[in-house]
Amino acid sequence: MSAGVVAPRAGTPPEAAGEPLLDVAGLTAGYGGTPVLHDVALRVPAGDVVAVVGANGAGKTTLLRALSGLVRPRAGTVRLGGADLLAVPVEHRVRAGLAHVPEGHGVIAELTVDENLRLGGLWRGGGRDLRDAVDEVYALFEPLARRVASPGHQLSGGERQMLAVGRALVSRPRLLLLDEPSLGLAPRVVADIMAMLRRLCDDHGLTILLVEQNVRSALSVADVGVVLHLGQVVATRPARSLLHDDALRHAYLGF
Amino acid sequence: MSAHSRIDARAARWRPGPTLRRLALTVLGLALAITATLALEPYRAYQAAVVAAYLCATAGLTLLVGRGGQLSLGHAALMAAGAYGFGLTSNALSAADVAGPVRLLVPLAVGVASAAALGALLGAAGARLRGPYLAGLTLAVVVAVPAITSTFSRTLGGDRGLWIEIERRPEALRPYVGAEQWQAWVALAAAALVLFVLGNVGSGSAGRQIAAVRDDEAAARLAGIDVTRVKVATFTLSAAAAGLGGAVLAYVTQIANPGAYSLVFSLFLVVAVVVGGLGSLAGAFWGALLLVALPELTSSVTDALPVSAGLAQRLDGNLAVLVFGVLLIVLMIAAPRGIQGALTAARRRDMRPRRPARGATPAPGPAAQTQGDPAARAPTAG
Repeated sequence: MSAGVVAPRAGTPPEAAGEPLLDVAGLTAGYGGTPVLHDVALRVPAGDVVAVVGANGAGKTTLLRALSGLVRPRAGTVRLGGADLLAVPVEHRVRAGLAHVPEGHGVIAELTVDENLRLGGLWRGGGRDLRDAVDEVYALFEPLARRVASPGHQLSGGERQMLAVGRALVSRPRLLLLDEPSLGLAPRVVADIMAMLRRLCDDHGLTILLVEQNVRSALSVADVGVVLHLGQVVATRPARSLLHDDALRHAYLGF
Repeated sequence: MSAHSRIDARAARWRPGPTLRRLALTVLGLALAITATLALEPYRAYQAAVVAAYLCATAGLTLLVGRGGQLSLGHAALMAAGAYGFGLTSNALSAADVAGPVRLLVPLAVGVASAAALGALLGAAGARLRGPYLAGLTLAVVVAVPAITSTFSRTLGGDRGLWIEIERRPEALRPYVGAEQWQAWVALAAAALVLFVLGNVGSGSAGRQIAAVRDDEAAARLAGIDVTRVKVATFTLSAAAAGLGGAVLAYVTQIANPGAYSLVFSLFLVVAVVVGGLGSLAGAFWGALLLVALPELTSSVTDALPVSAGLAQRLDGNLAVLVFGVLLIVLMIAAPRGIQGALTAARRRDMRPRRPARGATPAPGPAAQTQGDPAARAPTAG
């Protein structure tokens, strides 16, 4: 499985040592007249899991939407592997290696599991390569392999989340953006999902940026934790130290 | 790894692809339908031709509304574009003394192209408008049809319509095949083409993109789908099908007149695809059949009623509208997924084990199983 779904694509230059895969600077974005994010700086090193945590309304979802282009930033730069990402239209960012699993999964209800997965590889066209990528996802997620022909609306919450992550993997991303993968799931399913993310990172070298309200479980699998508060980054630390910083936790995360 | 081996085993066994199977089915169906027309009286053959022409339009409309989630109340205008495109070209070719298959095929192609061009414009607007606003725009287009035909009445024939000089059936066939039969053949071939193309689009990668755009635009964009392009392409394809329907109707009736493509007819088309079963090509067929059969049925009812001739005449035109409306209401309550949905549900009911007869004490086991069976619940759940 080592040359699996998340193997670097041919023609992708390896990231220079010390250069982060994703480099965000001075990012300001919002809806209408009110900015939600203020001057956000963020670096995601290749091969790491970075968790952005914060309360409701901290701007977590807006951050991901600004990165994938669903929200147009007002200022700032976003570079993926050194290339300017903001110049790329939303529909083409998946080609640049960015996969975004949006809030609420974005599973297409009337399409089957298999059809949903194939949507992820659409940008490369069909063929052998797509078939391989889909098969690799089935090998990673056994429950999906059992429901190949089920329509999306018949899946459980956990299966939907797997399907959404699987579809993102079929696009063979360099960076996976995940919006609240724990939302609405039972604690055991959340633990499974988090363990799966860690595995994707450790065994396959996938770089993951995840935003979570479920601070404890997110920080338990992340390498780096970023605390977002009212649209601003207030701390960037190794995840473990963040988890044990009582003062910070009380001030911003409420537990 | 079980998924791997299963899929490999499936790929190793050669089987015809879905496109090839669909092509074989279409050709077979067309051959059967054409043979069947030989047994029909001329008037019935004419009606079959009209059903086939309507089917082109309803199939296109069901793709747009059922799969694409874009409501068009203007498909009659797109049919009109096809009809006038056909008529003007056919007359021009006749004036230039062109005859033969060219005088049939080129006008048909022009009809399709005119409707597709209008559809692309509407689709481009539709990519920016949502729900009721798109419906309003398409409504405006169909309302404009009579105004356009009377403004350019010298070319388009005004209210009385445009008489069309058409290519008749080939000389060699004349001793064996009636004019109406031949028209039905042309119409059936057009409908078969539309069903084949739309069937392929609906089940392939394009169909998945259309579904994704309808269900979740943001997710579709994140998967790399150009939402605007998909919407415009869906509308254009749907319009092209409606245009072919209009062109075939013009060929069959030898006239293109604004009265045939009214707002009421446009609404009839929408009701027909909903009653037939939204999103399915089989449902589009039921809808097209109803469009022809219902007015016929209501007129035979008014003929049988002991009313004065004047009242019968007034009833004749309006009863069909009334019946269609009532049918829509009743059907949406009894079978919310239309005729085709009800048929599919009935087929599934036949396949599942029978429930114990009423009155007999049901064994707890099987009863519980029936309730929990997802296949048994699927028709109502989905």
